[in-house]
Formats: sequence, C-alpha cells, structure tokens
Amino acid sequence: MKRVIPAMIRSLAVSLLAATVLVGCGKQSDDASSNSAEAVEPKAKPLIVYSSRAEHLIQPVFDLYTEQTGTEIQFITDKAGVLIERLKQEGESTPADVFITVDAGNLGYAAAEGLLLPLESTVLEVNVPEHLRDEQNRWTGLSLRARTIVYSTERVAPEELSSYEALGDEAFEGFLCLRTSKKVYNQSLVAMLIAEHGEEKTQQIVESWVNNLAVAPLSNDTKVMEAIVAGQCDVGIVNTYYYGRLKAKNPDLPLALFWPNQEAEEGAAKGVHVNISGAGVVKYSKRPAAAQALVEWMASDDAQAIFGGVNQEYPINPAIPVDPEVKSWGEFKASEQPLSQAFELQPAAVKLMDRAGYH
Amino acid sequence: MLALGSVLVSLFHLDTETLSHLLKHLLPTALGNTLLLVVGTAILSAVVGVTLAWLTAVCDFPLRRFFSWALLLPMAIPGYVMAFAFVGLFEFSGPVQTLLRGWFGSSSWFPNVYSFGGVTLVMSLVLYPYVYLIARNAFQTQGRRSIEAGQSLGLSPVKSFFRVSLPMARPWIVGGVLLVVMETLADFGTVATFNYDTLTTLIYKSWFSLFSLPAALQVASVLLLAVVIIMVIERRSRAAQRYSQSQHASLSSSRFVLSGKRRWAAVAFCALVFLFAFVMPSLRLLTWAMPNLAMDLNSHFFGFVWSTLSLATFAMLLIALLALLLAYGARINQSLPTKFAVRTSTLGYALPGTVLAIGLFAPISLVNHWLQDAGIPASWLQGTFLIMLMAYGVRFMAVAYSPIENNYLRITPSIDDAAHSLGLTGLQVLKRVHLPIVRRGILTAMVLVFVDVMKELPITLMTRPFGFNTLAVRVFELSSEGLWQRAALPALAIMLVGLIPVMLLIKKTDKND
Repeated sequence: MKRVIPAMIRSLAVSLLAATVLVGCGKQSDDASSNSAEAVEPKAKPLIVYSSRAEHLIQPVFDLYTEQTGTEIQFITDKAGVLIERLKQEGESTPADVFITVDAGNLGYAAAEGLLLPLESTVLEVNVPEHLRDEQNRWTGLSLRARTIVYSTERVAPEELSSYEALGDEAFEGFLCLRTSKKVYNQSLVAMLIAEHGEEKTQQIVESWVNNLAVAPLSNDTKVMEAIVAGQCDVGIVNTYYYGRLKAKNPDLPLALFWPNQEAEEGAAKGVHVNISGAGVVKYSKRPAAAQALVEWMASDDAQAIFGGVNQEYPINPAIPVDPEVKSWGEFKASEQPLSQAFELQPAAVKLMDRAGYH
Repeated sequence: MLALGSVLVSLFHLDTETLSHLLKHLLPTALGNTLLLVVGTAILSAVVGVTLAWLTAVCDFPLRRFFSWALLLPMAIPGYVMAFAFVGLFEFSGPVQTLLRGWFGSSSWFPNVYSFGGVTLVMSLVLYPYVYLIARNAFQTQGRRSIEAGQSLGLSPVKSFFRVSLPMARPWIVGGVLLVVMETLADFGTVATFNYDTLTTLIYKSWFSLFSLPAALQVASVLLLAVVIIMVIERRSRAAQRYSQSQHASLSSSRFVLSGKRRWAAVAFCALVFLFAFVMPSLRLLTWAMPNLAMDLNSHFFGFVWSTLSLATFAMLLIALLALLLAYGARINQSLPTKFAVRTSTLGYALPGTVLAIGLFAPISLVNHWLQDAGIPASWLQGTFLIMLMAYGVRFMAVAYSPIENNYLRITPSIDDAAHSLGLTGLQVLKRVHLPIVRRGILTAMVLVFVDVMKELPITLMTRPFGFNTLAVRVFELSSEGLWQRAALPALAIMLVGLIPVMLLIKKTDKND
C-alpha cells in the first residue's frame, strides 16, 4: 500500500527528466537557426503556419507544396480568435510565418490589429478577384464558401423561392429553419445585407426570418437539412459543402439547393453570399519572402484544385474549373461586395441579430 | 495565479460599448440560464453521484463490483460529444422520434431536447462521476465503525445513510459538487450544442464575434467572482466541524446486504444510469466509427493514442504531487497568505479553458521576451511539454487538491503531535504518517486529473508543440467541421484509454474490501 507513493515520485522524476530532454532537443534545433534568422532567410528551416482551417483540410495542400518545392511546413490549428491573440502577445518574437482562417472577418481583424504584412504580388492580383482580397493585400481568399438556400424537393417548388430577403415573407411562416447566429457564416451573411440595405431595413429582414422559424435555431448546417428532411420545416440556409456531404451519404436526398438573388430585383441584394477561406503573411515573419511564396502558390492552379476541392468548396480563381460533382449543383452569380466589409460590419451584424431575437 | 491576474487586469480597460450591448440584450437571459443550469446540474449530479457511491461502497447487491468501476466511465466522455450523441438520438429528426412517429403518427408530445431539461440531463450524465468518485472515497474511509454504529442503533440501511453516512461525508460531497459547479460554469461545448446561452456563450461571443477580448475577460471575471463567493460560503460552513476517523477497517464484513425489492431497485438504478451515461453514447459513437475503421485505424491514430496517454500520465503525476505538497503546506502553515495562495491556485478550474489559456499566454510571452533579451532562443520554453504541464497544473489543481485535502481531514492534529514527539521531521511525518492515510485521496486525484487532461482541449490546442496531436484535438478538428462519423473513433479511444486508470484505481482501493 505504501509503495504507491514512492513509485509515483520515482515515475515523476523520470517524466520530468524526459520533459527536460524534450526541452533540450527543442533548444538545440533552435540554436542552429535563430542566430542567422535576421541576416539571410535560412532555407532549411520549416515554414510555420497558424491555421484555423482544420488539419485534414490543409495537410494535403502542404504535403504537395513540400513535394514540389522541398520546403517543409509545420503548423498548429486552433480557433482564429485564439491564434490572433497569440500573434498579438508573441509580437516580434512570433515563430509564425503564415496565418490561415476560414472566414474573411478574422483576417480583417488580424490585419486591423497590424498583425499581417501588406504584400506586393502580381500573382495574387492576377489569380484572385479584387473583392475577395484585402486592398493592401494583407490577406487573400484561397477558396470560396457559398451560403445558399436549401429546400425540400417534396414540399417546395423552386419557383416559390427568390431571395434571402424573401425567406421572411408570410408564405414561409413556420416553414423556415436556421442555424444559430453564433456561427460566423450567418454573421457575414447579415453583414452583407447591412452593406446592401443599411441596419434598419436589415433588422426588419432578420426579424421577419425569426418570425418565420419553425423551430429555435439549430446548432449546425447539417441539423438544418436533417430537420427539413424530417418534415420539421421546408427551407433553410446552408453552406453548399454540407449539402455535398449529406448527398454523398444519401444520393436520394429529398433536398435541393436554390441560388437566391440572381435577378436584379427591388429590395434584394445582388448575388449569392460567399465567404472565403484565406491567408496572410504574418508581419513579424522571419522569412516573409518564403511565406509570400507559399501564399501565392496556394492561389495558383496546382494548389487550387485541392485547397477547396478537399472540402467541396469553390476555387478562388474563376478560371479554375469546378469539381464536376460541385458543378452539378448548378452555376450561380456570387455577390461582388468587397469581403473586407465582413470584418467592419460583423460586430454590427451580431448586435443586430441579438436585438432581433435571433440567437 | 498569473493567468488569473491577467484576467483581472482586463477590468482596468473596460469596453463599455460592447458591455452595454451585452447588458441590455443578453446578460439577463444568460445569467438566469447559467444559474438554473448550475443549480440543476449540481442537484442532479449530487443525487445520482452520492446514491451510486453509497450503494457501491457500503451495500451489497448483484453486479456491485462491475458497477463500481463501470459507473466512472462516463467521466471520460467529453461533454460536447455526449451532447451531440444525445441530441442526435432524441431530437425531432433523430431515430427515436422518427420511430415514434412511425408508430403513433405524431411525436409532438415528445419533450423538446433543446431545453433546460435536456442540457441539464446531459451535463449531469458526464459530471456525476466527479461526485461519485469523491463521495465513494468518503464512504469507504468512514470505515466499519460508522456502519456498525448505525446497525447497533437498529437503523435501516436508508436511515443509516441519512443519519450517519451522509452527514459524515459532507465535505467530500460538497467538494465533488463544487467541481461539478466549476465544470458547469466553464463549459462551452455542451451548451453550444443545445444553443443554450450562458455566461460562457457571452465570453465567446464578445471575443470571437464582436472582436472584444476585454469585454470577454470582464464577463469571465464575473464567473470568477461567483466561484469565489461559493467557495467562501463552503469554507465558512465547514469550519467548525471535524471529520477525523481514527481507525481504518475493511468494509466487507459489514456491508448492508440488500434483499428483495431493494436489491433489484439498486441494480436497476445503477443499470439505468450506466445505460444513459455510457451505453447509449458509446453505441452511437460505435455506429459512426464502424464504416471508417479501416481508413482511420492506422499508425497515425496510434500516435494520437500514445501522445494522449503519455501526456495525461505526466500531468497526473506532476499535478497530484503538487496538490499533495500544497495540502501538506496548508496543514503545517495555516497563515492567511498560505490560505490565499491555496484558494487562488484552485480557481483556474472555473474559467472556460480558452480564457485561461489566453491568460496563461501573457506570462509565457513575457518570459519569452526576457529569454530573448538574454540571448536565449524564444522557443526554449514555448511549444515544449514543460509549458503544457504547467498550464495543466493551473487548470486542474482544484481537481487534484479537493480529494487530497478532504482526506487530510481524517488526520487529527494530535496524530501530528504524536509523530513529532517521536522525533520525526516534517517530511518524515508526510511520508510515514500522512501518506498512508491520504493514499485514497491521492489515487482519486490522479484518476480525475488523468481523465480531465485527456479530455482537455483549449490549453492543449494552444500550448502544444508543432505537429503534436492528442485524441481530444482530433475529435475537435473533425467535429468542428461537422465530420462526426470520423470524430467518433478518437472519441471512443478517449473513453477506452480513460478506462485504464479507472480500472487501476478501483482495483487498488477495493483490494481489501
């Protein structure tokens, strides 16, 4: 009985020793590089990426880059807000070179906080449409995520649908399902509506949605579609790749996507709402040129097919062909509002939804 | 303490604009929701945890040995995983209601899952093991005499429970419930699945959606304040009482042998809890994991298992030792500063992990800057296991401290005096007198820390070295993209790995029962 404690202390000593060894190893490898870090960009050291895009969605992209260029990439994933705070606190001593997110709002926030480096890049200017990157190229989109209307093919005819705004019409009272307003996808959608209509009108629109809800907002896009299939409601708003996943599991899914806001119409925004997954070079990167090369490569032809492709997203460059399965969901006109507004208007959008009772 | 300090510093630059919005539109609901949830979860976890602990510790009925370890397993299920499995099964579009609609044509009478009831139930199902484990330890160390005392007074098992066992186990139970309360206050994932807004929801909303970390930290300090108040009340109420137990004795000869209806009621109750808290979520995860087994069960996966296991083991040993020293220190030096240090070092458990992680990062960065100024490379410290272990220490000290401290109550001051008069030095007293008595407390602490570290997410995400992934990180990455089918396997693995210390604990503590 008494032997437990000494054993515990012994194994703790061993574990601390192991930890020290690990620390020691880290120390050695850093000694080699940090001395020369400021003089020339050392080629041998891996690029460091902070990413809020999940591991399984970026690992294939990085693997291809390493294969093509020989440059190793190390990364950590976390929530964008946490990574931004980390960059702030690390300041000049940050090991990070590139920052990747899954929305424009957080990139805009990082840029506004002075954490990203303005880039001069013809590659980005050629490959990425202007409204999908920052004016000073502090960040750029790398793939498009379209947020559109999904409906029950059993109970709704596509002719009944027209725009995001029209989901608030009386005809849909008790037939609408929405995901919670806490998700950034909905926040940027409402930010886009504010940019189009101003706050007052947008609040009326959001209130009319809330009024039409069949059930309290659900926790994710898949649940919205499952609720429609189960007959709890008839229409909803989702990102297209979630539809793709359900469809892959069940080819007979009684759901279809509808592309709203395609016709120029009084009182309706223009085009389908899109957000981006994108990247920027960290301001205090020790190897800005290598970091820029990686970002540019991700916007180029080779990388584009897999960057968005692994998740059935749309390529950022309109010249790149869309995956055939994704293409079968139909073509659409996307909104061309500058995505830099996503950051500027997001807090207003969040507060507006709070006021409108959309939780 | 540094981490808490940087949270409190936030109070000096108020983000009044964001705060007034929160205050006007969200805070009243969030406060009410939080209060309801904390009270509901505390009561439900306490009732379930204490009942199960008493049944398995001092009664005898069929399958008792099996239930005594099996009932701990739900602890290894991350709350949001349980929430997702539960919601998936019982919501309108889930299999249960679909089946009911098939039978009866309508399921509108079925209670709404997205409700206070739903979230409280799920929260209690994952948190009752904290109370169970700690209360069980109390009932076991109460020894034979207290049971015999009840029996000699002619009390029935139930009366003996209420009149003898329960009052004597009070500090343990309160300690366990306090852990539950802190976990509930800090939770984000579970309430988010139910879209049930609490104070943590506001913290996340301020920080991630309104881009205001100051406002987030200010809401967090409200949480801290609440916990401090609860702790002070708890201290006050126990101050005057003594819980020493002079003699240890095996329970086996004096267990209440339940008979007839009682016997089967005990089995049924244990089985019911086990079914909802473990079998149901496991089956759900298993059906998700099966189709992807061939693809995901590779060397990569076993790498996650190994890193999780080694990390949790290191953290468990380190934190249990620190907590023991802390409890010992608090015993020999009862000055106010010591008490203050002990209290603050256990507060980290009540903060949402993300907030604590960010609070920790300020001092880490500061040290990094110093190191750099001194010519030492920045990553000497950052991204090492040392930092991870330190951060876990801040977060989980309360978990380890509570059971150890409670078992210290078993040692009367006169024992210390006796030991000293025999010429033993301080450390010898700790080793030869205290350790044998608080041993169960230490083992309990170790299991709690092990399982908590295994489930831990925000601190792991933030402080881990590049390319270092644990099972919890894997679950998070896949589930945050909605890929629950693939997140199921690592989630199951967390439960299986969690089994190891639970089995060892029960084996060690039940050996001489």
